[in-house]
Amino acid sequence: MKLDFEHIPAGHCENGVISSLLNYHGLKLSEAMIFGIGSGYFFAYMPFVKVNGIPLASFRPIPGMIFAKAAKRLGIEMKKQSFRKQPKRAMDELDKVLDKKLPVGIQAGVFHLSYFPPAYRFHFNAHNLTVYGKEDNTYFISDPVMEYPTTLTYDELKKVRFAKGALGPNGKMYYPINIPKEIDLKSAIRKGIKQTADWMTTIPIPLFGVKGIRYLSKRLRNWPNKLGAKRAAAYLAQMVRMLEEIGTGGAGFRFIYAAFLQEAAGVMDDERYNELSKEMTKIGDKWRKFSSLAAQTCKGRSADTNGYNTIANLMLEIADDEEKFFTELKKLI
Amino acid sequence: MEKDKVPQDEGITGGVSREVQYAIDENGKYVKVMSTGWEPKNIVNDLAWEDIQEQVDIANEQILSGKASPIMYFMAKNQMDVTLLSNYIEIAKWKVKRHLKPKGFKKLTQEQLENYAKVFEISLDELLNYKPNNE
Repeated sequence: MKLDFEHIPAGHCENGVISSLLNYHGLKLSEAMIFGIGSGYFFAYMPFVKVNGIPLASFRPIPGMIFAKAAKRLGIEMKKQSFRKQPKRAMDELDKVLDKKLPVGIQAGVFHLSYFPPAYRFHFNAHNLTVYGKEDNTYFISDPVMEYPTTLTYDELKKVRFAKGALGPNGKMYYPINIPKEIDLKSAIRKGIKQTADWMTTIPIPLFGVKGIRYLSKRLRNWPNKLGAKRAAAYLAQMVRMLEEIGTGGAGFRFIYAAFLQEAAGVMDDERYNELSKEMTKIGDKWRKFSSLAAQTCKGRSADTNGYNTIANLMLEIADDEEKFFTELKKLI
Repeated sequence: MEKDKVPQDEGITGGVSREVQYAIDENGKYVKVMSTGWEPKNIVNDLAWEDIQEQVDIANEQILSGKASPIMYFMAKNQMDVTLLSNYIEIAKWKVKRHLKPKGFKKLTQEQLENYAKVFEISLDELLNYKPNNE
């Protein structure tokens, strides 16, 4: 049994899965729209959270939050299930829902995803994909970060659903059970924007929002002295991966947000959103420049402090831009 | 970023897939463009793999000098540390640490060995007979 499910490649897995699940049920909302409504834009520097031993710099809130907020603001009711240490039950339950002709969103670990290009495969457990059918031992998979639909065997799917380590999925699955006929898109957009603007400009802790960007800029400047060339390069490389690698749509989600604002201009019938979308594109271009400079700096792992200083200065510039941007955006809602 | 400036640098996607990149078209409208990759991403990805390879090399040296068991190599190859491996094997960390030593490895039961082989997705034979290439 294979559902008539449209595979829509997306920049980011979480938004991509929700967007295509809703699409199946007749609600056409783009990935960018889900991202904006779910307040997916963020910046956080969390030295106490380490990935591969490196402090985490994130351009998005914690996994699952975009999804939860978008659903709430759109009035969509989702069924969510987890199965701690019960792989068999998790697979049985999936089959049951598929039998009802419902595609299902799944949280998965990336390391054992057999269809991923080998270079993608790290122990990252907050990936999302959709299962849209089953024939014998094979499940039909729509993974939004892949160009084409794919498949996994029963054992492969079970394995990725029970990947171990940080943010382990514990068999988590979800699907919409109630989608309202009338959706107040304007109100949802306003709520999404308000939260992002607040997060970016008013959290009174120096690790979040534009304050976090400035704080990290200060730290980053000292990385070559404090950590040595090799370690500093590893820190910088991880930042570039958070910005650009699988699932950001480019520039740490900044371009997806610009696309959201452009769509919002149509919904709100307000040209000012288009103007701000252009500003966000410029901010995204600066983050791209950041990635480009950072990659050049870590290449060969040189301890060139000039490189780190240039990057730190660029971050300060971006922090100012983002602060100004969200101050302006907040005036529209 | 403009649509025609979306980079197409072959690299980490390895010809298997392409990634969605958001960019503006000639009318200033946002569209999704498929990209084969971008050089800065290839650079940082290579760097991450160099670090993994370094761990693998360290494991091999220790195995050659009789300080570590084959599990050390397969743990590094699977990008795991003791904590993650113990999660997968579902035994305590201190036990895994013991199995990383040749002495502890020798004492493993058939069932335990099979468990390790399964987690590493290798045959029992590959686990028992692993020898680093002595170059």
